[in-house]
Amino acid sequence: MTIKSSVEIITEWDIVEARQLGRDEAKALGFDTVDQARITTAISELARNIYLYARIGVIEIERVETDADTEKKIIVIATDQGPGIEDVRKVMEDGYSTSGGLGAGLPGVNRLMDNMVIQSVMGKGTTIRAEKWLR
Amino acid sequence: MEQLESQYQKILSDYMTDQTEKNLYIAQNFTRQLIQKNISPEDVVSVHKNAVEKLFPRRMSEEQLAYDFLIEVMVHYGMAHREHQSLLQKQAEYEMEMKIATNIQKTLLKTDVPQLSSIDIGMISIPIRKMNGDYVHFLYNREDFLSVAVTDVVGKGVPAALCMSMVKYGLETLDYAYKDPSYVLEVINRVIEKSVDDSMFVSMFYACLDMRKSILSYASAGHEPALHYSAKHNEFFPLESTGLLLGVLPETKYLYNEIVLEENDIVVMMTDGVTEFRAHDEMNSREVISSLIMENKYLSAQQLCNLLYKQIEEIQDFKLSDDFTVVIIKK
Repeated sequence: MTIKSSVEIITEWDIVEARQLGRDEAKALGFDTVDQARITTAISELARNIYLYARIGVIEIERVETDADTEKKIIVIATDQGPGIEDVRKVMEDGYSTSGGLGAGLPGVNRLMDNMVIQSVMGKGTTIRAEKWLR
Repeated sequence: MEQLESQYQKILSDYMTDQTEKNLYIAQNFTRQLIQKNISPEDVVSVHKNAVEKLFPRRMSEEQLAYDFLIEVMVHYGMAHREHQSLLQKQAEYEMEMKIATNIQKTLLKTDVPQLSSIDIGMISIPIRKMNGDYVHFLYNREDFLSVAVTDVVGKGVPAALCMSMVKYGLETLDYAYKDPSYVLEVINRVIEKSVDDSMFVSMFYACLDMRKSILSYASAGHEPALHYSAKHNEFFPLESTGLLLGVLPETKYLYNEIVLEENDIVVMMTDGVTEFRAHDEMNSREVISSLIMENKYLSAQQLCNLLYKQIEEIQDFKLSDDFTVVIIKK
């Protein structure tokens, strides 16, 4: 069973909205406080990237619950039609993001979640998909 | 994680009953373990929260929210912490690469000092960092001609080393043209100007000794003047020559100079790392070098080089600020 929900990111307050949605879903799946905080922080970073670089976009949250308890996970998908990322490999390098060594940015999101995939086309937009499994 | 939690709970509980330094010391050792296991800050707060919850269940109802709040805050610290970890790892990789590059450079830019019967040659070149920005190249044709190029790349480290390899191959392709110093500088200048980044400049002193005629010809591209000790006059003369640094302008010309080298004469070629006394501005470094050589002129060329290095290092309180290279030839 997959439950999908989404938040459009248009103003800075929508970042808060996305965080709230993510936290609720993470809680509902059974993530503990620390993991809830990690997932929410990751969503916050992704939403902030949309707000800062693409202006508008969507954060989708998928709650995946199969019968077996071992296969619960949360999927966060951030989509925008912004300028795109020229060199994906580079943005995944530590210390590259303009926030400069504050631990945030995409490498940070990658470490908060279990895996992350970036698809980006210059001038078309970017889709980032990150997952975290419930342990 | 569960094991760590119960250990932590025990340590905390011990401390709450007995606030001794010993218990704090145990806590310190435990922290070391946490760091070793890469436990992130937010997890540590969570461990603490759980321990407090078990030890003081009644107090917890109020503080629960405060702890959750702290966990949120620490997640960001955790990200910074992990980034730091990964940067450290990357740095270790870079250092490894640097070590390999240094070894390659050492092999690539190794200078063999020629052993000739008619002239005594000595050389020393000590880098200040891992990579040497100075380079000495000898070219010779049996007992007829000996030429020496003493070079210094403006700039340090890897870029300087890369640039230096270019200079080396430029010099090696000279073939029979190596006897004319001003021509050599013109050729190398074109090579560098064409192929190296605009911010890279090289200074070079190039000298060629005609061993049959005992004539030393030389030219300089913005390099530290060499010193000529004339045994006949028992006096030092600077071998100065004007010329732009290599790599600045494509069609630069370099002045040709020559002197006659007589019995027991000494020529000292060096880089500015030798003459720059940062710690002692008041000293005239060239006078120091001259008198050192004057007093020890009966030593071999190599012994003189070693002595110069030892003495100047001492004057500079063992804190040389630049690569140090000296070539001495004695007739």
